[in-house]
Amino acid sequence: MTAAASGLRGRNYARNYWPFLLPAGVVVLAVIVFPWLFTLYMSVHEFKVGGDFTFIGLDNYIRLTTDDRFLWSVVRTLYFTALSVILPVGLGVAAAIAFHKKFPLRGLARTIFILPMMATPVAVALVWTMTFHPQLGVLNYLLTSVGIPPSQWTYDSVSVIPTLVMVETWQWTPLVMLIVLGGLASLPVDPYEAATLDGASGWDMFRHITVPLVWPHIIVATVIRTIDALKAFDLIFVISGGGPGTSSETMNLFLYLQAFSFYNMGYAAAVTVVFFIIILLVSLLLFSARQQKQWQ
Amino acid sequence: MKKGKLLGNIGFGLAIIALISPAILFFLWMLSLSLKNEVDNMAFPPVFIPNPPVLDNFIAVFEKNDFLTYTLNSIFVSFGATGLALLLGVPAGFGIAKAQAGKAAAVIMIARVTPGLSYLIPLFLIFQWLEMTGTLWPLLITHLVITVPIVVWVMIGFFEGLPQELEEAALVDGATIWQAFLHVALPLARPGIVVAMILAFIFSWNNFIFGVVLAGRETRTLPVAVYNVISFEQISWGPLAAAALLVTAPVLLLTLLMQKEIVHGLTAGGVKGG
Repeated sequence: MTAAASGLRGRNYARNYWPFLLPAGVVVLAVIVFPWLFTLYMSVHEFKVGGDFTFIGLDNYIRLTTDDRFLWSVVRTLYFTALSVILPVGLGVAAAIAFHKKFPLRGLARTIFILPMMATPVAVALVWTMTFHPQLGVLNYLLTSVGIPPSQWTYDSVSVIPTLVMVETWQWTPLVMLIVLGGLASLPVDPYEAATLDGASGWDMFRHITVPLVWPHIIVATVIRTIDALKAFDLIFVISGGGPGTSSETMNLFLYLQAFSFYNMGYAAAVTVVFFIIILLVSLLLFSARQQKQWQ
Repeated sequence: MKKGKLLGNIGFGLAIIALISPAILFFLWMLSLSLKNEVDNMAFPPVFIPNPPVLDNFIAVFEKNDFLTYTLNSIFVSFGATGLALLLGVPAGFGIAKAQAGKAAAVIMIARVTPGLSYLIPLFLIFQWLEMTGTLWPLLITHLVITVPIVVWVMIGFFEGLPQELEEAALVDGATIWQAFLHVALPLARPGIVVAMILAFIFSWNNFIFGVVLAGRETRTLPVAVYNVISFEQISWGPLAAAALLVTAPVLLLTLLMQKEIVHGLTAGGVKGG
C-alpha cells in the first residue's frame, strides 16, 4: 500500500470515529460548555434571582478589585493552598517510597491508607468537627494527656486554617502517594543494575536515578493537589463554615455566599471567572517549573 | 549485620504503622462515637471503648429522620449518573482514543480543573426556569459533570492500551466500526469499564455541593441529609456519627473489596470529582 493510500485510510477512520463522540459531546456541551458561556454572559450583567439582566460591562470585575472581603478570601485561599500542597506532597512522596517496598500485608496497609480519600467528605468532616471541640473533643484530651497545652482548633481565627489544612492533608495525601507510586512502579531496572555494578550506594541511586525519573509524577501530583486545594469546599463548609467571622472564608466559600446566600448571580459569575483564571495561572506556572527542571 | 537488618525492619514496620494510624484511629473513633450512648459521648476524659456497645444511635437515625428516602435518592442519583455516564462515556473514550482527538480530551479535562460551584450558578437558574426544582432530575443531570469526565478519562487510557491488531482484523474481515467496537474492543475493555464505574459511582455518591444547592427537603441525597441533621436538631454526637458512618460505609466497603481496580484507576488518571 502506498503512503498516500494509508494516509487517506487513516483520515477516513478518524472521521468515522466521530459518531462515538457525539452523544457525550452533546452532554458535555449542555452541562459543561454552555454553563461556562452563560457564566461569561452573566459576569457582565447585573442580575439577581427573579430580576432582569442589565448590561454593566466590566463593573462586576472592577467591583471585585475593591471588595476587601473578596481580596482577603484570595489571600486566605493562597495561604490554605500553599500549606495544603506542601504537606501532602512531602508526606505522599515518603509514603509512596514506603509502599513501593515489598512487605507482608502491603495490599491491606495500602488500602487502609487510601480510605480517607475515598470516604464521603461530609461524613468525615462531621466527625473531625467533634474531635475539635475545645472542651469535649478527643484531640484536646490527647494533647493534654501528653503535656501539650490544648488548642482552640477551628474555634480560633489564627488556628482555624492550619486545622483545616491538617484535615485536608489527612484526606488527600493518599492521592499524591498513588500518583507517585505509579511512577515508582514504572521505573526501569537497568540504571539500578548498572549503578550497583559501579558500586553506588542506596542514597546515591535514590538521588541520581529515582528522583529524576519520578520527578514528572511528583509535578503532576503537585499540580493536581494545587487545583484541588484551590477549590476545596466540602471540608471548610462543614467544619468551619468560613468562620470564626470570615477567618477561613476562601474564594470558593465567598463564591457560594454571593451566589446562594445573597443571590448576586452576576457578581458571583465574575468571581467564578477570576477564580478560574487564578487556577489556570497557578497550574501553568507549575507546569513551566516542570519544563525548566527537565532542561537543566 | 543481621542485627542491623532486623532493626531496620522494625523501624520500617513502625514507619508503616505511623503512616496508616491516622486513618485507622479516625475510623475507629467514628465507630466508637456511633456505638456509645450520649452520656459516654459527652464524658471527659473521653470513653474510648463503648461499654457496652449500643445500637440506639443507628435506630435513632432511621426513626427520627427520613433516612430511607434519602438513601433511595442517593441510589437513584448515583446509579443514574453512573449508568448514563457509562453509556455516553465508553463510546466517547473509544472515539477519542482511536481518532486521537486531543482537543476533545482537553474539554473534558476542564471539568476536572474547575470548581463544581461554577457549573451550579448557571444550571441552578436554568432548572428554575424549566421548573425542574423539587425533582431529582437536576441532581442527576449535574452529577454528569462528575461522572462523564471520570468515565471518559479512564476509558481513553484503557482503549489506548488495547492492541490494535484484533480490531483491524475485524475491520479487514468486513465488520463495521460499530461491530468492531461492540464485539472486539468492548469485551477487551471490561476491566476498564469496571474501574470507571466504581470511581464514577464513588465520587457521585460522595458529592455534596450539588445537593446542597439543588436539593429540596424531599430530594436530599445522603451527604446533604447528614449535614442538615446538625442544622436542625441540637447537636448529639452519637446519632450524627452513626448517620455519618452509614453514609460512608458503602464507599469504604467498595474500596476494601475493589482496592486493586480503584488503585489502578486513580494512579492512571488522578481523577476526582466536583
